[in-house]
Amino acid sequence: MADKTQRIEVTLETVLDSVDLAESIVMRIAEASGFSEEDIHKIGMAVREGVINAYNYGNQQDRGKKILLTVELEPRRMVVRVLDEGKGFELHEIPDPLAEENLLRTSGRGLFLMRAFMDDFHVERGPRGGAELVMIKKLPGTDSGDAGH
Amino acid sequence: MGEVIIVDFSGKITLGEGSSMLRRTLYDLIGRGHRKIVLNLYDVDYIDSSGIGELVSGYTTVRGAQGELKLLNLTKRIKDLLQITRLYTVFDVRSDEDEAIRSFS
Repeated sequence: MADKTQRIEVTLETVLDSVDLAESIVMRIAEASGFSEEDIHKIGMAVREGVINAYNYGNQQDRGKKILLTVELEPRRMVVRVLDEGKGFELHEIPDPLAEENLLRTSGRGLFLMRAFMDDFHVERGPRGGAELVMIKKLPGTDSGDAGH
Repeated sequence: MGEVIIVDFSGKITLGEGSSMLRRTLYDLIGRGHRKIVLNLYDVDYIDSSGIGELVSGYTTVRGAQGELKLLNLTKRIKDLLQITRLYTVFDVRSDEDEAIRSFS
């Protein structure tokens, strides 16, 4: 396994097609990194939800704004970042979609799903404002990483 | 209309065409007076938060029109998603078409 971190950076337009594109890119990287089919699916879904969040809530579907997708392959983990050009937000401000009073809401599950599908998930403030969603998955063969089954 | 209508879906129910199709279909059915609706998702292997949102929206809309919406033949992935989002116990989920039809009140 390489000791250096490899980094792939893609600037996406704030259009619907970017959701599928981002998912596809990261799934291919995950496949090349040896993740199992199930983990590739989960990573793809998490990235999809992250870009949807950036598209809908961060950038408010504003075509003048960009979404920065970054994939970092460290020796033991894959780190995916989705940065928007919005106003940013605090995770604790987001209603819990599992709370009884929120179950029948038609939106608000994306962040929850990202956390459910990845080993670690948190939100950082971008260097120029905006929200950066950070999703982490341990590489196969590391500690509790899926060994490719 | 007292008949049960079963609608077969296939492919993905995701942000964009998939979730829009689901929304249009349900509104069309309700507009035409259908109140006993079964969504057969046997061939749907992918749904995102938008698709889940449309399912929830459809459920509440049909219920608001004094009707019932049920889900049929969920794949494992869809079932798992509904379970982790606590929606599996909200929807009436069936694995047999005849049973689904008989289950309407």
